[in-house]
Amino acid sequence: MEAIKIVEKLQPLSSLPSGQRGLVHSLDGGRAFGSRLANLGFTAGAEVTVVQNYGRGPMLVSLRGTLVALGRAEAQKVFVQVVPS
Amino acid sequence: MTHSHDPGGPSIPKDPNSLTVALIGQPNVGKSTVFNMLTGLSQHVGNWPGKTVEQKTGVYRHNGLTVNVVDLPGTYSLTANSEEERIARDYLIRERPDVVVAVVNASALERNLYLLAELLCLPQPVVLGLNMTDVAEQHGVRVEPHVLAAALGLPVVPLVAAKNQGVKELMDAALKLAANPDSWAPNCPTIRPEHAPVLAAIRELITGQPLQAQPDADLRQLSPALPVEPGGTEPGLASESAWHLPQYPPDWIALKLLEGDAEITALMQKALPEERWERVHQLLMQHEDAYLDIAGGRYEWIGRMVRAAVTRPRAGVISLTERVDRLATHPLGGLALLLAIFGLIFWLTYTLATPLANWLSTQVLAALDAIAGITLAWAPAWLFSLVSDGLIHGVGTVLAFLPILIIFFAMLGILEDVGYLARAAYVMDRFMHLMGLHGKSFLPLFLGFGCNVPAVLGSRIIEERRARLLTILLAPLVPCTARLAVVAFLAPAFFGAQATLVSWGLVAVNLLVLAAVGIVVNRLAFRGEHTAFIMELPLYHVPNGRTVGLYVWNNTLSFIRKAGTLILIASVAVWALSTLPGRGIEQSVLAVLGRWLEPFGRLMGLSDWRMIVALLTSFFAKENTIATLGVLYGTGEGITGLAELVATALVPAARWAFMVVVMLFIPCLATTATIKQETGSWRWTLATIALLLGLSLGAGIAVYQVGRLL
Repeated sequence: MEAIKIVEKLQPLSSLPSGQRGLVHSLDGGRAFGSRLANLGFTAGAEVTVVQNYGRGPMLVSLRGTLVALGRAEAQKVFVQVVPS
Repeated sequence: MTHSHDPGGPSIPKDPNSLTVALIGQPNVGKSTVFNMLTGLSQHVGNWPGKTVEQKTGVYRHNGLTVNVVDLPGTYSLTANSEEERIARDYLIRERPDVVVAVVNASALERNLYLLAELLCLPQPVVLGLNMTDVAEQHGVRVEPHVLAAALGLPVVPLVAAKNQGVKELMDAALKLAANPDSWAPNCPTIRPEHAPVLAAIRELITGQPLQAQPDADLRQLSPALPVEPGGTEPGLASESAWHLPQYPPDWIALKLLEGDAEITALMQKALPEERWERVHQLLMQHEDAYLDIAGGRYEWIGRMVRAAVTRPRAGVISLTERVDRLATHPLGGLALLLAIFGLIFWLTYTLATPLANWLSTQVLAALDAIAGITLAWAPAWLFSLVSDGLIHGVGTVLAFLPILIIFFAMLGILEDVGYLARAAYVMDRFMHLMGLHGKSFLPLFLGFGCNVPAVLGSRIIEERRARLLTILLAPLVPCTARLAVVAFLAPAFFGAQATLVSWGLVAVNLLVLAAVGIVVNRLAFRGEHTAFIMELPLYHVPNGRTVGLYVWNNTLSFIRKAGTLILIASVAVWALSTLPGRGIEQSVLAVLGRWLEPFGRLMGLSDWRMIVALLTSFFAKENTIATLGVLYGTGEGITGLAELVATALVPAARWAFMVVVMLFIPCLATTATIKQETGSWRWTLATIALLLGLSLGAGIAVYQVGRLL
């Protein structure tokens, strides 16, 4: 199948502003880290909403009905497709 | 156990009248509350990830049937990402409970069902307890238990465990299932079709199919690196018993290998013959990313299961949690709130507890002394002295700060149950980063204000060993109630009207030293390594009286146990050392030791050997400082007279020095023992003591020498 739509550029979760939604695409940072995040629900296609992102320090995201705090370095390893609001 | 599936491992004989039910659930689902309601046994209910590390058991009696209830640690999954997960899954696989009760939080159903998806790969029948249905409804989430039960093919019981609603029904459903294990036919999640062939291939390799028997063309296509054996049997591998398979179901082992589970991988590498492992390993290498697909597949399955059963709130509905979090998690507002709560806790603790403590120590001690005087009227003078000056003084110090401890833990318990402490960790994350730690380390350190022992134990919630070690190293620098009680006792006599200000200053000094040590140790010993911060924030909810009560009860009880032994032994020991060889206190063993150290003490302005001895005995328990001073300055004037007496023995600069040393001194015996237990390393334990000894004496000398000049 050829690509039909122009796929939104992938962005690290840490670059999304508060209120922005995204779909998890892939995880970086190795298996142990990836497995922890995947078990928490960060799997391909899962919708994440950024609840709080001040550009520095940890951030808050809402995913599968729970609120999860992520360190900035961790959020940089989660790649998402931005959902236009 | 009629549903036993024994692959050859030893089975555990069971009394048919005594069933075993295991409780399992992710953190923050109220599983421990269910356990408390069922068994009535006291247990601490956690509110941040990974709290219940210990396995707790209790007994539930029902219609003449005795049911053993096992409370497994909170786990997000059954992959060995943490110690808790390993404990939980090993219990399920090795001990084989009759029924598993999985408790889930209805307000985060999908995430919670992930654990169920893993449980259904194991043979035990499962009943689902749908807890916190009230919290879910407050947040606009409605779950239909019958629809969910029909989809999953297993019993689903709605619960509000905090109000004891549905708990009995949950057990009824579990017992009914245990009685008819043949009725167990759940809707099991399956692996995505693209991974099915490789899963089957791994399973074949580990269960002992002859290596050449690989007729599946697809498989060879999937794994071109897999050499095709030229006919002939491999020696020793033809039979199934060629190697000993660990006592796990083979399907499950294959799945965990594909998921990259480190523990199972290591286990199988050891169990399998080298050549066979090599092939498994090759397959795994080609499907390295399968773990993400497996997790994704489980969530897809969950999505199908809950689709009809769950109604979500309309978008744009702002929940209470979101509104409170706008302040509580704000970088500045949240910090201000944290400091305000912090201040309130200490203000309340000391305002409420200090008068109570004074009343207890004067009234109760006087009463005890009077009783001792009457009952020991016949006894020799030394025995009366032992009881009065040794034992009763020891009891006195325990009583003196029991109220402080109770009030502190009560407030901490409320904050934890409400769900606030996880926010505090989040707000503190950016500061903890300076020390190479993250927000989670804040929680055990905060517990340290109550007592350093739970602080060291609490560091278990931190996943990485490096961060855990550093947190344990820093924990003794948090001033515990025992040290704060010593300060609260001496400060008014030492500093008059400035006592409160000085006390706050001393706490601030400790925290600054803590930060400095953290930064330096992280840079030097750990080269600034990074620790991953991933933490769930629970929804806020009204605290449960029973939960908070049990929290206070458990913590206070463990303190009294420690105090009951260590403090009393130390009090008697100090009494004996200060009495022997019987020529008065000035000639005692303790006085000799104290005088021998006096030249060193003089550097800190502590020219009185009694102060040095008081410091030494604080190793047994921090509160001993007062008890020892009481024995050594023993004047029979009661506790209030004592502080003034000590104050007159020291010049102002020495008072400052003494306070600083008390606050920074080596951890007490109980903390030291806990550090050894948790780190498993004498080197780390001794290094901690050496560091704190150097720091405290260095700071004491510096404060005195500088103070003398001012």
